[in-house]
Amino acid sequence: MSDVCIVGIGIHPFGRTDGLSGMEQGVYSVQQAMKDAGVEWADIQFAYGASDSAGNPDTMVENLGLTGMQFINVRNGCAAGGSALFSAQMAIKSGEFDLGLAVGFDKHPRGAFNALPSEYNLPEWYGEAGYMITTQFFAAKVTRYMHEHGISPTSLGRVAEKAFRNAVHAPHAWRREPVDLETIMNAPLVSDPYTKYMFCSPAEGGVALILASEKKARELGKPFIRLKAATMRTRPPGSFEVFAPSIDIKRGGSATNIASRDAFAIAGIGPQDIAVAQLQDTEAGAEIMHMAENGFCKDGEQEAWLAEGRTEIGSQLPVNTDGGCLACGEPIGASGLRQVYENVVQLRGDGGGRQVPNNPKTAYSHVYGAPGVSAVTILER
Amino acid sequence: MRPIAEGLFTDEMPPRLVGGRHLTTGRIVFPCPPGKAYEPYPLGRSGTVWSYTIQRYRPKSPPYLGPEAFRPWPVAYVELPGEVIVEARLTNVAFEDIKIGMPVELVQIPLDPDAPDSVLIPAFQPVGDKQ
Repeated sequence: MSDVCIVGIGIHPFGRTDGLSGMEQGVYSVQQAMKDAGVEWADIQFAYGASDSAGNPDTMVENLGLTGMQFINVRNGCAAGGSALFSAQMAIKSGEFDLGLAVGFDKHPRGAFNALPSEYNLPEWYGEAGYMITTQFFAAKVTRYMHEHGISPTSLGRVAEKAFRNAVHAPHAWRREPVDLETIMNAPLVSDPYTKYMFCSPAEGGVALILASEKKARELGKPFIRLKAATMRTRPPGSFEVFAPSIDIKRGGSATNIASRDAFAIAGIGPQDIAVAQLQDTEAGAEIMHMAENGFCKDGEQEAWLAEGRTEIGSQLPVNTDGGCLACGEPIGASGLRQVYENVVQLRGDGGGRQVPNNPKTAYSHVYGAPGVSAVTILER
Repeated sequence: MRPIAEGLFTDEMPPRLVGGRHLTTGRIVFPCPPGKAYEPYPLGRSGTVWSYTIQRYRPKSPPYLGPEAFRPWPVAYVELPGEVIVEARLTNVAFEDIKIGMPVELVQIPLDPDAPDSVLIPAFQPVGDKQ
Protein backbone atom coordinates (compact mmCIF):
# COMPACT_ATOMS: atom_id res chain seq x y z
CA MET A 1 0.00 0.00 0.00
CA SER A 2 1.36 3.41 -0.88
CA ASP A 3 1.89 6.07 1.76
CA VAL A 4 -0.49 8.94 2.32
CA CYS A 5 1.35 12.24 1.89
CA ILE A 6 0.78 15.73 3.22
CA VAL A 7 1.25 18.03 0.24
CA GLY A 8 -0.14 21.30 1.57
CA ILE A 9 -0.58 23.04 4.91
CA GLY A 10 -2.39 26.19 5.97
CA ILE A 11 -3.15 27.91 9.24
CA HIS A 12 -5.08 30.89 10.51
CA PRO A 13 -3.17 32.35 13.46
CA PHE A 14 -4.45 31.14 16.83
CA GLY A 15 -5.66 33.42 19.61
CA ARG A 16 -8.45 35.96 19.35
CA THR A 17 -9.58 37.35 16.00
CA ASP A 18 -12.53 39.67 16.50
CA GLY A 19 -14.83 40.03 13.51
CA LEU A 20 -13.87 36.69 11.96
CA SER A 21 -15.95 33.60 12.63
CA GLY A 22 -14.38 30.24 13.36
CA MET A 23 -15.63 29.05 9.98
CA GLU A 24 -13.98 31.99 8.20
CA GLN A 25 -10.71 31.14 9.92
CA GLY A 26 -11.13 27.57 8.67
CA VAL A 27 -11.75 28.78 5.12
CA TYR A 28 -8.66 30.99 5.34
CA SER A 29 -6.55 28.00 6.36
CA VAL A 30 -7.91 25.92 3.45
CA GLN A 31 -7.01 28.66 0.99
CA GLN A 32 -3.48 28.82 2.44
CA ALA A 33 -3.12 25.04 2.21
CA MET A 34 -4.30 24.91 -1.42
CA LYS A 35 -1.86 27.67 -2.34
CA ASP A 36 0.90 25.76 -0.56
CA ALA A 37 0.06 22.54 -2.45
CA GLY A 38 -0.52 24.28 -5.77
CA VAL A 39 -4.03 22.91 -6.18
CA GLU A 40 -7.47 24.42 -6.79
CA TRP A 41 -10.66 23.79 -4.82
CA ALA A 42 -12.06 21.94 -7.84
CA ASP A 43 -9.19 19.42 -7.49
CA ILE A 44 -10.16 18.49 -3.91
CA GLN A 45 -12.22 15.30 -4.04
CA PHE A 46 -13.26 15.07 -0.40
CA ALA A 47 -12.94 16.70 3.02
CA TYR A 48 -13.25 15.84 6.68
CA GLY A 49 -13.94 18.88 8.82
CA ALA A 50 -13.68 19.22 12.61
CA SER A 51 -15.30 21.84 14.82
CA ASP A 52 -16.63 21.65 18.33
CA SER A 53 -18.52 24.91 18.67
CA ALA A 54 -18.10 26.98 15.51
CA GLY A 55 -20.65 25.46 13.18
CA ASN A 56 -20.94 22.65 10.66
CA PRO A 57 -17.67 22.45 8.71
CA ASP A 58 -19.32 21.29 5.47
CA THR A 59 -21.10 24.64 5.13
CA MET A 60 -17.75 26.13 4.10
CA VAL A 61 -18.37 24.87 0.55
CA GLU A 62 -20.42 28.04 0.18
CA ASN A 63 -17.21 30.05 0.51
CA LEU A 64 -14.91 27.67 -1.30
CA GLY A 65 -17.06 26.53 -4.20
CA LEU A 66 -20.06 24.30 -4.88
CA THR A 67 -18.21 21.53 -6.67
CA GLY A 68 -20.38 18.73 -5.33
CA MET A 69 -17.45 17.17 -3.48
CA GLN A 70 -17.86 14.85 -0.47
CA PHE A 71 -17.59 16.69 2.88
CA ILE A 72 -18.01 14.86 6.20
CA ASN A 73 -18.21 16.61 9.58
CA VAL A 74 -16.35 15.25 12.60
CA ARG A 75 -17.16 16.01 16.21
CA ASN A 76 -15.00 14.00 18.58
CA GLY A 77 -14.02 16.19 21.53
CA CYS A 78 -10.36 17.15 21.66
CA ALA A 79 -9.58 14.35 19.20
CA ALA A 80 -11.81 15.92 16.52
CA GLY A 81 -8.88 17.11 14.39
CA GLY A 82 -7.06 13.82 14.78
CA SER A 83 -10.21 11.94 13.86
CA ALA A 84 -10.65 14.08 10.74
CA LEU A 85 -7.07 13.38 9.74
CA PHE A 86 -7.40 9.66 10.43
CA SER A 87 -10.55 9.52 8.30
CA ALA A 88 -8.98 11.49 5.48
CA GLN A 89 -5.96 9.21 5.26
CA MET A 90 -8.25 6.15 5.22
CA ALA A 91 -10.17 7.60 2.28
CA ILE A 92 -6.91 7.75 0.34
CA LYS A 93 -5.47 4.46 1.61
CA SER A 94 -8.62 2.67 0.50
CA GLY A 95 -8.01 3.79 -3.06
CA GLU A 96 -11.31 5.66 -3.19
CA PHE A 97 -9.72 9.10 -3.59
CA ASP A 98 -6.34 10.67 -4.48
CA LEU A 99 -6.58 14.17 -3.08
CA GLY A 100 -8.45 15.44 -0.06
CA LEU A 101 -8.59 17.80 2.86
CA ALA A 102 -8.57 17.58 6.65
CA VAL A 103 -9.62 20.89 8.18
CA GLY A 104 -10.29 21.96 11.75
CA PHE A 105 -11.37 25.26 13.23
CA ASP A 106 -13.04 26.64 16.33
CA LYS A 107 -13.95 29.75 18.25
CA HIS A 108 -14.71 29.51 21.97
CA PRO A 109 -15.91 32.14 24.44
CA ARG A 110 -13.42 33.49 26.99
CA GLY A 111 -12.90 31.65 30.25
CA ALA A 112 -12.84 27.95 31.03
CA PHE A 113 -14.79 25.50 28.90
CA ASN A 114 -18.36 25.32 30.13
CA ALA A 115 -19.34 21.68 29.95
CA LEU A 116 -22.76 20.38 30.99
CA PRO A 117 -23.23 17.07 32.82
CA SER A 118 -25.83 15.75 30.37
CA GLU A 119 -23.26 15.89 27.56
CA TYR A 120 -21.08 13.47 29.48
CA ASN A 121 -23.65 11.02 30.81
CA LEU A 122 -23.34 12.50 34.32
CA PRO A 123 -26.00 13.47 36.90
CA GLU A 124 -26.97 17.14 37.15
CA TRP A 125 -25.77 17.47 40.76
CA TYR A 126 -22.19 16.88 39.62
CA GLY A 127 -22.25 20.16 37.74
CA GLU A 128 -24.33 21.96 40.39
CA ALA A 129 -21.69 21.12 43.01
CA GLY A 130 -18.98 22.68 40.84
CA TYR A 131 -17.13 19.68 39.43
CA MET A 132 -17.68 20.06 35.66
CA ILE A 133 -14.34 21.80 35.41
CA THR A 134 -11.44 20.54 33.35
CA THR A 135 -8.84 22.49 35.33
CA GLN A 136 -9.89 20.71 38.53
CA PHE A 137 -9.32 17.30 37.01
CA PHE A 138 -5.98 18.21 35.49
CA ALA A 139 -4.79 19.65 38.80
CA ALA A 140 -5.89 16.58 40.78
CA LYS A 141 -4.30 14.27 38.21
CA VAL A 142 -0.94 16.02 38.28
CA THR A 143 -0.96 16.32 42.09
CA ARG A 144 -1.19 12.54 42.32
CA TYR A 145 1.42 12.08 39.58
CA MET A 146 3.88 14.46 41.25
CA HIS A 147 3.39 12.60 44.54
CA GLU A 148 3.99 9.18 42.98
CA HIS A 149 6.87 10.09 40.70
CA GLY A 150 8.74 12.90 42.41
CA ILE A 151 7.97 15.74 40.01
CA SER A 152 8.53 19.22 41.49
CA PRO A 153 6.41 22.34 40.93
CA THR A 154 9.51 23.90 39.33
CA SER A 155 9.27 21.33 36.52
CA LEU A 156 5.74 22.55 35.81
CA GLY A 157 7.15 26.05 35.58
CA ARG A 158 9.94 24.97 33.23
CA VAL A 159 7.41 23.52 30.78
CA ALA A 160 5.47 26.79 30.68
CA GLU A 161 8.65 28.84 30.35
CA LYS A 162 9.76 26.74 27.37
CA ALA A 163 6.36 27.08 25.71
CA PHE A 164 6.40 30.88 25.71
CA ARG A 165 10.07 30.97 24.71
CA ASN A 166 9.43 28.72 21.68
CA ALA A 167 6.30 30.62 20.68
CA VAL A 168 8.28 33.83 20.20
CA HIS A 169 9.37 32.33 16.86
CA ALA A 170 6.00 30.86 15.82
CA PRO A 171 3.94 33.36 13.79
CA HIS A 172 0.74 31.36 14.33
CA ALA A 173 1.08 31.32 18.15
CA TRP A 174 -1.09 33.47 20.41
CA ARG A 175 1.16 34.33 23.38
CA ARG A 176 4.54 35.23 21.93
CA GLU A 177 6.17 37.06 24.81
CA PRO A 178 8.68 35.14 26.90
CA VAL A 179 7.75 34.75 30.58
CA ASP A 180 10.48 33.97 33.09
CA LEU A 181 10.31 31.07 35.52
CA GLU A 182 9.98 33.26 38.60
CA THR A 183 6.97 35.12 37.18
CA ILE A 184 5.35 31.81 36.23
CA MET A 185 5.89 30.31 39.68
CA ASN A 186 4.70 33.41 41.57
CA ALA A 187 1.59 34.03 39.47
CA PRO A 188 -1.86 33.52 41.03
CA LEU A 189 -2.94 29.92 41.49
CA VAL A 190 -5.85 28.75 39.33
CA SER A 191 -6.11 25.24 40.66
CA ASP A 192 -3.23 24.12 42.86
CA PRO A 193 -0.44 23.41 41.97
CA TYR A 194 -1.07 25.24 38.68
CA THR A 195 -0.62 28.99 38.33
CA LYS A 196 -2.32 30.91 35.55
CA TYR A 197 0.65 30.51 33.18
CA MET A 198 0.48 26.73 33.47
CA PHE A 199 -2.95 26.37 31.85
CA CYS A 200 -3.82 27.00 28.22
CA SER A 201 -6.94 28.98 27.34
CA PRO A 202 -9.78 28.18 24.99
CA ALA A 203 -9.03 30.13 21.80
CA GLU A 204 -9.70 30.48 18.07
CA GLY A 205 -7.98 29.34 14.94
CA GLY A 206 -8.08 27.14 11.86
CA VAL A 207 -5.76 24.56 10.31
CA ALA A 208 -5.97 22.75 6.98
CA LEU A 209 -3.92 19.87 5.61
CA ILE A 210 -4.08 18.65 1.99
CA LEU A 211 -3.52 14.92 1.71
CA ALA A 212 -2.64 12.99 -1.40
CA SER A 213 -1.81 9.49 -2.52
CA GLU A 214 1.87 8.99 -3.20
CA LYS A 215 1.17 8.90 -6.95
CA LYS A 216 -0.75 12.17 -6.82
CA ALA A 217 1.89 13.74 -4.61
CA ARG A 218 4.57 12.91 -7.21
CA GLU A 219 2.42 14.45 -9.95
CA LEU A 220 2.18 17.66 -7.95
CA GLY A 221 5.98 17.65 -7.96
CA LYS A 222 6.55 19.28 -4.59
CA PRO A 223 8.44 17.95 -1.59
CA PHE A 224 6.01 15.98 0.52
CA ILE A 225 5.78 14.54 3.98
CA ARG A 226 4.64 10.96 4.56
CA LEU A 227 1.91 10.29 7.11
CA LYS A 228 3.29 6.99 8.43
CA ALA A 229 0.65 6.48 11.12
CA ALA A 230 -2.52 8.12 12.40
CA THR A 231 -4.40 6.53 15.28
CA MET A 232 -7.38 7.56 17.38
CA ARG A 233 -8.18 5.46 20.44
CA THR A 234 -10.55 5.47 23.44
CA ARG A 235 -9.83 4.63 27.06
CA PRO A 236 -9.04 1.26 28.66
CA PRO A 237 -10.36 0.16 32.10
CA GLY A 238 -8.91 1.96 35.12
CA SER A 239 -7.98 5.20 33.38
CA PHE A 240 -8.39 8.60 35.09
CA GLU A 241 -10.37 10.98 32.92
CA VAL A 242 -11.88 14.44 32.87
CA PHE A 243 -15.22 14.65 34.73
CA ALA A 244 -14.84 11.52 36.86
CA PRO A 245 -17.07 11.36 39.99
CA SER A 246 -15.18 8.18 40.86
CA ILE A 247 -12.17 6.22 39.67
CA ASP A 248 -11.11 2.62 40.11
CA ILE A 249 -8.63 1.76 42.85
CA LYS A 250 -6.99 -0.66 40.43
CA ARG A 251 -5.26 1.81 38.15
CA GLY A 252 -5.01 1.14 34.43
CA GLY A 253 -3.44 2.70 31.35
CA SER A 254 -4.77 5.53 29.21
CA ALA A 255 -6.18 6.18 25.77
CA THR A 256 -2.83 7.80 25.04
CA ASN A 257 -0.95 4.58 25.88
CA ILE A 258 -3.00 2.71 23.30
CA ALA A 259 -2.96 5.36 20.56
CA SER A 260 0.80 5.75 20.97
CA ARG A 261 1.63 2.05 21.06
CA ASP A 262 -0.46 1.35 17.97
CA ALA A 263 0.95 4.32 16.05
CA PHE A 264 4.52 3.19 16.67
CA ALA A 265 3.60 -0.36 15.61
CA ILE A 266 2.00 0.88 12.38
CA ALA A 267 4.95 3.16 11.58
CA GLY A 268 7.45 0.43 12.43
CA ILE A 269 9.61 2.71 14.58
CA GLY A 270 9.96 3.49 18.28
CA PRO A 271 10.06 6.56 20.52
CA GLN A 272 13.86 6.67 20.26
CA ASP A 273 13.53 7.30 16.51
CA ILE A 274 11.45 10.49 16.88
CA ALA A 275 13.27 13.79 16.22
CA VAL A 276 10.57 16.24 17.31
CA ALA A 277 7.28 15.84 19.21
CA GLN A 278 4.14 17.89 19.80
CA LEU A 279 2.48 16.55 22.96
CA GLN A 280 -0.87 17.71 24.33
CA ASP A 281 -0.07 20.41 26.88
CA THR A 282 -3.40 21.91 27.86
CA GLU A 283 -1.57 22.39 31.15
CA ALA A 284 2.10 22.13 32.03
CA GLY A 285 1.77 18.81 33.82
CA ALA A 286 0.03 17.26 30.83
CA GLU A 287 3.19 17.64 28.77
CA ILE A 288 5.16 16.01 31.57
CA MET A 289 2.79 13.08 31.98
CA HIS A 290 2.40 12.67 28.23
CA MET A 291 6.17 12.36 27.77
CA ALA A 292 5.91 9.09 29.69
CA GLU A 293 2.48 8.01 28.44
CA ASN A 294 3.75 8.22 24.87
CA GLY A 295 6.84 6.20 25.73
CA PHE A 296 9.52 8.89 25.42
CA CYS A 297 10.75 8.39 29.00
CA LYS A 298 9.83 6.53 32.16
CA ASP A 299 7.57 7.98 34.87
CA GLY A 300 9.64 10.30 37.03
CA GLU A 301 12.49 10.81 34.56
CA GLN A 302 10.87 14.05 33.40
CA GLU A 303 12.27 15.83 36.46
CA ALA A 304 15.83 15.32 35.19
CA TRP A 305 14.85 15.80 31.54
CA LEU A 306 13.45 19.26 32.25
CA ALA A 307 16.24 20.31 34.60
CA GLU A 308 18.74 19.34 31.88
CA GLY A 309 16.71 20.97 29.10
CA ARG A 310 16.38 17.78 27.11
CA THR A 311 13.06 18.84 25.55
CA GLU A 312 14.44 22.16 24.31
CA ILE A 313 14.89 22.87 20.60
CA GLY A 314 18.40 21.66 19.79
CA SER A 315 18.43 19.03 22.51
CA GLN A 316 17.53 15.33 22.69
CA LEU A 317 13.78 15.54 21.96
CA PRO A 318 12.35 19.00 21.26
CA VAL A 319 8.76 19.08 22.55
CA ASN A 320 6.10 21.60 21.53
CA THR A 321 8.30 23.67 19.26
CA ASP A 322 5.60 26.27 18.55
CA GLY A 323 4.70 26.70 22.23
CA GLY A 324 1.94 24.07 22.14
CA CYS A 325 -1.49 24.70 23.61
CA LEU A 326 0.07 26.76 26.42
CA ALA A 327 1.15 29.46 23.96
CA CYS A 328 -1.29 28.85 21.09
CA GLY A 329 -4.46 28.31 23.12
CA GLU A 330 -6.92 25.57 22.34
CA PRO A 331 -9.52 25.87 19.60
CA ILE A 332 -10.71 22.28 20.03
CA GLY A 333 -11.37 21.40 16.38
CA ALA A 334 -8.08 22.87 15.16
CA SER A 335 -5.71 22.02 17.98
CA GLY A 336 -4.66 18.52 16.95
CA LEU A 337 -4.14 19.60 13.36
CA ARG A 338 -1.96 22.51 14.52
CA GLN A 339 0.44 19.97 15.95
CA VAL A 340 0.65 18.21 12.58
CA TYR A 341 1.03 21.57 10.82
CA GLU A 342 3.96 22.41 13.09
CA ASN A 343 5.53 19.01 12.44
CA VAL A 344 5.32 19.52 8.68
CA VAL A 345 6.96 22.94 9.10
CA GLN A 346 9.77 21.32 11.09
CA LEU A 347 10.30 18.44 8.64
CA ARG A 348 10.43 20.87 5.73
CA GLY A 349 13.03 22.91 7.60
CA ASP A 350 10.84 26.03 7.56
CA GLY A 351 10.82 26.64 11.31
CA GLY A 352 12.99 29.76 11.24
CA GLY A 353 13.94 30.77 14.78
CA ARG A 354 12.28 27.65 16.20
CA GLN A 355 13.68 25.18 13.64
CA VAL A 356 14.90 21.89 15.08
CA PRO A 357 18.50 21.54 13.84
CA ASN A 358 20.11 18.67 11.89
CA ASN A 359 17.31 18.07 9.40
CA PRO A 360 14.76 16.14 11.48
CA LYS A 361 13.26 13.22 9.55
CA THR A 362 10.54 12.02 11.94
CA ALA A 363 7.89 13.89 13.91
CA TYR A 364 5.24 12.84 16.41
CA SER A 365 1.99 14.48 17.48
CA HIS A 366 -0.42 13.61 20.29
CA VAL A 367 -3.74 14.97 21.54
CA TYR A 368 -5.81 13.91 24.52
CA GLY A 369 -9.23 14.97 25.71
CA ALA A 370 -12.55 14.25 27.34
CA PRO A 371 -13.96 11.74 27.93
CA GLY A 372 -10.78 9.71 27.44
CA VAL A 373 -9.80 9.96 23.78
CA SER A 374 -6.40 10.32 22.20
CA ALA A 375 -5.05 10.73 18.67
CA VAL A 376 -1.46 10.27 17.54
CA THR A 377 0.32 10.84 14.23
CA ILE A 378 3.82 9.97 13.05
CA LEU A 379 5.26 11.83 10.08
CA GLU A 380 8.36 11.03 8.06
CA ARG A 381 10.23 13.06 5.50
CA MET B 1 -31.80 20.66 54.70
CA ARG B 2 -31.97 18.13 51.88
CA PRO B 3 -29.24 16.47 49.82
CA ILE B 4 -28.37 17.94 46.43
CA ALA B 5 -29.77 14.82 44.76
CA GLU B 6 -31.94 11.81 45.54
CA GLY B 7 -30.19 8.54 46.13
CA LEU B 8 -26.80 10.09 46.88
CA PHE B 9 -26.80 9.25 50.61
CA THR B 10 -28.24 6.41 52.69
CA ASP B 11 -31.05 7.34 55.10
CA GLU B 12 -29.12 6.27 58.21
CA MET B 13 -27.28 8.60 60.60
CA PRO B 14 -24.53 9.26 59.97
CA PRO B 15 -25.24 8.77 56.29
CA ARG B 16 -23.06 6.93 53.81
CA LEU B 17 -22.61 7.57 50.09
CA VAL B 18 -24.52 5.25 47.80
CA GLY B 19 -22.29 3.82 45.10
CA GLY B 20 -23.16 1.24 42.50
CA ARG B 21 -21.97 -2.35 42.28
CA HIS B 22 -21.88 -3.97 38.86
CA LEU B 23 -23.99 -7.11 38.98
CA THR B 24 -21.65 -9.28 36.92
CA THR B 25 -18.15 -7.80 37.37
CA GLY B 26 -18.50 -6.50 40.94
CA ARG B 27 -16.90 -3.21 39.93
CA ILE B 28 -17.87 -0.41 42.32
CA VAL B 29 -18.52 3.13 41.06
CA PHE B 30 -19.97 6.36 42.40
CA PRO B 31 -22.70 7.54 42.10
CA CYS B 32 -24.93 4.54 41.34
CA PRO B 33 -25.67 4.71 37.58
CA PRO B 34 -29.27 4.48 36.37
CA GLY B 35 -30.28 1.27 34.66
CA LYS B 36 -30.10 -2.39 35.55
CA ALA B 37 -26.37 -3.11 35.29
CA TYR B 38 -25.58 -1.73 38.78
CA GLU B 39 -27.21 -2.25 42.17
CA PRO B 40 -27.04 0.41 44.92
CA TYR B 41 -24.06 -0.21 47.18
CA PRO B 42 -23.49 1.85 50.37
CA LEU B 43 -19.83 2.89 50.55
CA GLY B 44 -17.58 3.00 53.60
CA ARG B 45 -17.45 6.34 55.45
CA SER B 46 -13.69 6.42 55.94
CA GLY B 47 -10.79 6.62 53.56
CA THR B 48 -7.62 8.47 52.65
CA VAL B 49 -6.94 11.44 50.40
CA TRP B 50 -5.73 10.05 47.04
CA SER B 51 -5.30 13.43 45.37
CA TYR B 52 -6.69 16.95 45.63
CA THR B 53 -6.66 20.50 44.36
CA ILE B 54 -8.03 23.87 45.40
CA GLN B 55 -10.77 25.38 43.22
CA ARG B 56 -9.61 29.01 43.14
CA TYR B 57 -12.19 30.58 40.81
CA ARG B 58 -15.97 30.45 40.69
CA PRO B 59 -17.23 27.74 38.34
CA LYS B 60 -19.57 28.96 35.61
CA SER B 61 -23.35 28.94 36.14
CA PRO B 62 -25.04 26.99 34.83
CA PRO B 63 -24.36 24.35 35.94
CA TYR B 64 -22.79 25.57 39.26
CA LEU B 65 -25.36 26.35 41.99
CA GLY B 66 -22.93 27.55 44.67
CA PRO B 67 -23.11 31.08 46.11
CA GLU B 68 -22.33 34.11 43.94
CA ALA B 69 -19.77 35.29 46.48
CA PHE B 70 -16.99 32.80 45.89
CA ARG B 71 -14.47 31.51 48.40
CA PRO B 72 -11.96 28.90 47.20
CA TRP B 73 -12.67 25.33 48.27
CA PRO B 74 -10.65 22.12 48.25
CA VAL B 75 -11.83 19.12 46.26
CA ALA B 76 -10.29 15.69 46.62
CA TYR B 77 -10.33 12.17 45.36
CA VAL B 78 -10.75 9.98 48.42
CA GLU B 79 -9.83 6.30 48.35
CA LEU B 80 -12.36 4.14 50.18
CA PRO B 81 -10.36 0.97 50.85
CA GLY B 82 -11.41 -2.04 48.81
CA GLU B 83 -14.18 -0.05 47.09
CA VAL B 84 -13.54 2.96 44.90
CA ILE B 85 -11.94 6.42 44.77
CA VAL B 86 -14.64 9.13 45.00
CA GLU B 87 -14.55 12.84 44.24
CA ALA B 88 -15.83 15.18 46.98
CA ARG B 89 -15.07 18.40 48.81
CA LEU B 90 -12.76 18.51 51.81
CA THR B 91 -13.92 20.45 54.86
CA ASN B 92 -12.64 21.48 58.29
CA VAL B 93 -9.04 21.51 57.08
CA ALA B 94 -6.65 24.34 56.16
CA PHE B 95 -5.48 24.17 52.55
CA GLU B 96 -1.83 23.85 53.59
CA ASP B 97 -2.61 20.93 55.90
CA ILE B 98 -4.06 18.74 53.14
CA LYS B 99 -1.78 15.81 52.38
CA ILE B 100 -2.10 12.78 50.13
CA GLY B 101 -2.68 9.77 52.37
CA MET B 102 -4.36 11.67 55.23
CA PRO B 103 -7.28 9.77 56.84
CA VAL B 104 -10.69 11.37 56.27
CA GLU B 105 -14.34 10.56 56.96
CA LEU B 106 -17.60 11.45 55.24
CA VAL B 107 -19.79 14.36 56.36
CA GLN B 108 -22.49 16.48 54.72
CA ILE B 109 -21.93 20.20 54.18
CA PRO B 110 -24.15 22.91 52.71
CA LEU B 111 -23.34 23.95 49.14
CA ASP B 112 -23.92 27.53 50.29
CA PRO B 113 -22.77 27.90 53.91
CA ASP B 114 -24.61 31.22 54.29
CA ALA B 115 -28.00 30.06 53.02
CA PRO B 116 -30.35 28.60 55.66
CA ASP B 117 -31.99 26.22 53.17
CA SER B 118 -28.90 25.22 51.18
CA VAL B 119 -28.73 21.75 49.69
CA LEU B 120 -26.23 19.33 51.20
CA ILE B 121 -23.27 17.90 49.33
CA PRO B 122 -20.82 15.14 50.31
CA ALA B 123 -17.52 16.18 51.86
CA PHE B 124 -14.73 14.56 53.80
CA GLN B 125 -13.02 15.92 56.90
CA PRO B 126 -9.91 14.82 58.77
CA VAL B 127 -10.70 11.89 61.05
CA GLY B 128 -11.31 12.92 64.64
CA ASP B 129 -12.78 16.35 63.83
CA LYS B 130 -16.23 17.20 65.08
CA GLN B 131 -18.76 18.10 62.40
